[in-house]
Amino acid sequence: MRKVYVVGVGMTKFGELWERSFRDLFVEAGIRAIEDAGVDGKEIEALYIGNMSAGLLVKQEHVASLIADHSGLASLHIPATRVEGGDASGALALVQGFSSIASGMYDVVVVGGVEKMSDVMAEKASEVLATTLDQEWEAFFGMTYASAYALMAKRHMHEFGTTEEQMALVSVKNHSNGSKNPMAHFRFEVSLEKVLSSPIVSYPIKLLESHAVSDGASALVLCSEKKAKEFESPVEISGIGQASDYIALHDRDNIVSMASTIEASKRAYEMSGVKPEEVDVAEVHDCFTISEIIAIEDLGFFKKGKGGQATEDGDTEIGGKVAINTSGGLKARGHAPGATGIAQVCEIVLQLRGEAEKRQVDNAEIGLTHNLGGSGGTCVVSILRRRR
Amino acid sequence: MTEGVARFWREIPHRYRLLGSKCDSCGRVFFPPRVLCPECRRKGNISRVALSGKGKIYSYTIVKDGANGFERQVPYVIALIKLEEGPLVAGQIVDCSPDEVEVGKPVELVFRRVSEDGEEGIIYYGYKFRLAEEEN
Ligand SMILES: [Zn+2]
Repeated sequence: MRKVYVVGVGMTKFGELWERSFRDLFVEAGIRAIEDAGVDGKEIEALYIGNMSAGLLVKQEHVASLIADHSGLASLHIPATRVEGGDASGALALVQGFSSIASGMYDVVVVGGVEKMSDVMAEKASEVLATTLDQEWEAFFGMTYASAYALMAKRHMHEFGTTEEQMALVSVKNHSNGSKNPMAHFRFEVSLEKVLSSPIVSYPIKLLESHAVSDGASALVLCSEKKAKEFESPVEISGIGQASDYIALHDRDNIVSMASTIEASKRAYEMSGVKPEEVDVAEVHDCFTISEIIAIEDLGFFKKGKGGQATEDGDTEIGGKVAINTSGGLKARGHAPGATGIAQVCEIVLQLRGEAEKRQVDNAEIGLTHNLGGSGGTCVVSILRRRR
Repeated sequence: MTEGVARFWREIPHRYRLLGSKCDSCGRVFFPPRVLCPECRRKGNISRVALSGKGKIYSYTIVKDGANGFERQVPYVIALIKLEEGPLVAGQIVDCSPDEVEVGKPVELVFRRVSEDGEEGIIYYGYKFRLAEEEN
């Protein structure tokens, strides 16, 4: 298997971008990634796009062709493929691009993700997110995306004594990080009191513990080792793992951890030879605050049941044991479902290059991304390394 | 009205009578029913089994921001119920104040209207749960 490098990153600001269309969003992110890498359009051999639900959100399917076309690549006729795995769609595009280079098929590919949430009303956006659940046996009975995670939160509280304050502190930290990120949807801090007193969405989850509903796009230029030599500061994808699980919560052995995260990370750690304690900075899928707590346990950063305490102790802050969600995470950087997994990689690459400005983790060498689909039926973990 | 009828109609035995399935090779019981046992796969032997609808609350949430079609029911309780026969099942807990709901409390099945597809569409029925007497 050949080594794969990230040589260009680009994203739009995440937010409610009323003036930009679905197609505009991706073109902006794609051009930024290509300019960051300094490649010529003619060098791109393939395009993989992560997108959760353009069909429901902008009534457009067949989006890979649309995106290639509007990115100025139509006359080159490169293969363009859309992949879908709920809100893990972006990371699935990364897996496809990685595989196509690792296998020797291509030397330069662009992977990206895009979602346009604000062309529908908020209720419709919620309904679309709930389509990542089992429609017949979860959503049918009134379960929402938030309430799936609320069930996990309540059980985590029951088994481990995790508190509402500890969960709220995830949001406080991620808002603090997001306030330092110019690409973040929410660039303001929140206090613990404000999070705890925000309206309940689905007990015990509160509004200020829920991901932002964002428009956005993100893109990476990936290349092979021989090609990477031509670039300034390539970052190696030293491990990648993807896993699936029972889509519905009721079919799982427990709901206080995610088997998909455990398996995907095991595969990524094995491929890279990296141990959890060696990771300096990680972007994890904090769609709700409990999700970050469960993820940092399942990824091996903290013991099962101790994620809340670790958060309270400041171990996940910038300067802590492992900096989690320096971008602001899904909470503050935002959640544009198809774009989220790739935006996570953008943040880690900036951290490893030392370009994360006010949110820079000192001497970050190894980073990790963790992207979930739905309530954990899909997970992708990638491990990135600065080239020494 | 936007939904076809067959999609609902084909699930009636499961949603009205809690008809699950069982793998006769390994003994595992499934609800919702499965056509393939995830343990035995092709070596499994699936048959139908009716479930009691009795169980205990494994986890729950009180939904304030309701799903489409459920707005008039808020706040409502969604729970995972650990059924006597083994499987977990997701459903609402009704006929009580949300404050009375606790992890571990026994519940039993009731048959109710679940939601509706707009003013003129299908009215969906199925199971919900209510708190039951503690068994001695
Ligand atoms: Zn079996």
